[in-house]
Amino acid sequence: MNVETAERRTLSVLVEDVPGVLSKVSGLFSRRAFNIDSLAVGPSEIAGLSRITVVVRADEVLLEQITKQLNKLINVIKIIELAPETSVQRDHLLIKVRADSPTRLQVTQAVDLFRAKIVDVSVDSLTVEATGAPDKLNALLDVLEPYGIREIVRSGTLAISRGAKSMTDRALKP
Amino acid sequence: MSRTAATSPAAPPASSPERSRTSHTTTADHRLYGPGLPVDPVEVTGSESIIRSLEALGVTDVFGLPGGAILPTYDPLMDSSTINHVLVRHEQGAGHAAQGYAMVTGQVGVCLATSGPGATNLVTALADAHMDSVPMVAITGQVNASVIGTDAFQEADIVGISAPITKHSFLVTDADTIPQVMAEAFHLASSGRPGPVLVDITKSAQAARTTFSWPPEIGLTGYRPVTRGHAKQVREAAKLIQQARRPVFYLGGGIVKAEASEEFRALAEAAGAPVATTLMARGAFPDSHEQNLGMPGMHGTVAAVAALQRADLLITLGARFDDRVTGALDSFAPDAKVIHADVDPAEISKNRLADVPIVGSLKEIVPELTAAVAEVFEREGRPELESWWRQLDRMRTTYPLGWTEPEDGMTAPQQVIRRIGEAAGPEAVYVAGVGQHQMWASQFIGFERPRQWLNSGGLGTMGYSVPAAMGAQVGQPDRVVWAIDGDGCFQMTNQELATCAINGIPIKVAVINNSSLGMVRQWQTLFYESRYSNTDLNTAMDRHGDQVVPIPDFVKLAEAYGCAGLRCEREEDLDATIAEAMAITDRPVVVDFRVSRDSMVWPMVPAGVSNSDIQVARDLTPDWDEEE
Repeated sequence: MNVETAERRTLSVLVEDVPGVLSKVSGLFSRRAFNIDSLAVGPSEIAGLSRITVVVRADEVLLEQITKQLNKLINVIKIIELAPETSVQRDHLLIKVRADSPTRLQVTQAVDLFRAKIVDVSVDSLTVEATGAPDKLNALLDVLEPYGIREIVRSGTLAISRGAKSMTDRALKP
Repeated sequence: MSRTAATSPAAPPASSPERSRTSHTTTADHRLYGPGLPVDPVEVTGSESIIRSLEALGVTDVFGLPGGAILPTYDPLMDSSTINHVLVRHEQGAGHAAQGYAMVTGQVGVCLATSGPGATNLVTALADAHMDSVPMVAITGQVNASVIGTDAFQEADIVGISAPITKHSFLVTDADTIPQVMAEAFHLASSGRPGPVLVDITKSAQAARTTFSWPPEIGLTGYRPVTRGHAKQVREAAKLIQQARRPVFYLGGGIVKAEASEEFRALAEAAGAPVATTLMARGAFPDSHEQNLGMPGMHGTVAAVAALQRADLLITLGARFDDRVTGALDSFAPDAKVIHADVDPAEISKNRLADVPIVGSLKEIVPELTAAVAEVFEREGRPELESWWRQLDRMRTTYPLGWTEPEDGMTAPQQVIRRIGEAAGPEAVYVAGVGQHQMWASQFIGFERPRQWLNSGGLGTMGYSVPAAMGAQVGQPDRVVWAIDGDGCFQMTNQELATCAINGIPIKVAVINNSSLGMVRQWQTLFYESRYSNTDLNTAMDRHGDQVVPIPDFVKLAEAYGCAGLRCEREEDLDATIAEAMAITDRPVVVDFRVSRDSMVWPMVPAGVSNSDIQVARDLTPDWDEEE
């Protein structure tokens, strides 16, 4: 499988919030040579359970193997794949971009077009905060790139399924 | 709606319809391991809680070595009337002994070590048990919780170190959780696909006051091993078996772990198909059974390799398409459909796509499959397998296992191993190290019953034999236990001879002494123009093949360890030496069998080459197309 061209797939992994669980999950990816595009972890709505959103590049066969291997980790409660069309997927981005008086207006216009926010200003730079689907943020970066990007901080993708159902509901049913 | 990648933690994903036929039912069977008599809450220390838990779990034998961070637990251990502790000389020995114990008894093997180096010395055994799915619990002491992370004396992050090579690992800092964690550890080790579990317990938790009661609650929300195979899949498998004209059972170690050998025999006889028994499955189906073709793979029989290679159906039970079996994967069994039954869903379609996946315990699947096969044969007729058997019988007759007599006048190692097998018989236990002698033992000992054969299959751990044989002997004190070892392997772990001699564990060790790292030497002969880089061990001869004062002298070494030491240099003395070794039952015996270093393991499929290119001897490939 060509990893570069393989599809981006988003897995949502419900895990027990115990010491070492993140290292067990990330260690599994590295030792089995699975490629991670991004990984984000945080508490879920249920005490004692965390939710890891992991984006991998995998074809169908590899994704099945990744899922099965993750399922073997004792602290993993449940895994679902979130398809782009049936889920909301967002990255969070902070960008420090060069903006002096000749370019400042252009930069702020671009930021407005992307519904991003300027959260810090200095004489020759702006700090922009943006939230959106990964593609949209990439587009924003492309637009800002000519002005000179000084710093980027970007979260892993967060994802949640559309509709009323919750992953934990189904996971914790006996 | 989201696409469900998996319905439950232990279940296979259903991420695409055509690949989602791995159906299953789950059980939430969290019964406690062992007798588990109820105990009302009682005030104890954490250490006492560990020992009380082990007693409640029915543990009778523990292999270990004390040190600072586990010292508190060794104190109440001294007072236990039901737990026999075997003091090893190296923690690796404790680990392999626990494996050997588990392999012969089917119970969880237990080892105990201190923090830091004690724990890291267990790593090889944990990795070995992980690869070969051996149920084992390792308990390690850890430094006080307050100093974790400070590079304290004898601190090592063994939970982190062992994570990739255990089924699960726990760090216990709260003494109150000890009974629950111990029960969970044994449950994990012994259920589903068995494996090693590590419980790392801080010295502060061992010393703390706590309450012990039994049974504890078991959590493990994320652990639901599948046991029942899906009925529809079983029927589908039976249909394929009825339709196949060149079916073969590809039998793996899972059949032994599932205690399903009897059930399998009924299935094999109902289906009438040939059986290939992998290295881990030797003994799971009797070698004397006419349907048994022997071992497949890199050093398998021509008949077994050919059967898999030419099959139109692989009925894979508890095997995992290891590279030593498949050779070059893309040319393995090119015409075969695959039925794959395994308790671990992740093994299915990992290396080879399964046409009919069945997730569950073989103990339940195999009898169901037998019934389904009988039913479909009844309805559709028994398949015609005569032509297939004629081909395979011709292979068996034309290419039986054998060896050429060495040209240097020394004894053939194969002959030594065959004669030991004949003298000790199938009721004995045979425990190999890793290398040529391991392959010859698999080839030339007659295996008739499960748990007769122990070896390090997946990890290939040199040094496994002596300590694993020790554990096997503790687990089965009434059986003869032969360690079939090499002169290289033997030097890695033979310090456990002291443990055996002192504790009345009378193992017998056959050192197949070719004075070299034989398997490596064989590869150097075949693939490195006989350039023998660093494979001479001088345990019998020097690099020119001249007899030298051996270093070490295995007979003297045996005697120094309180064992009987014998040497056999001539083939005519072979049977008498074996008989002498068999007659010594009051202490361990080490026999230095001097053998030729030029003997090679045949047949052989060189690494990465198609199984179709198996060589029965150097540069000699079977004639496949001969009139059938």
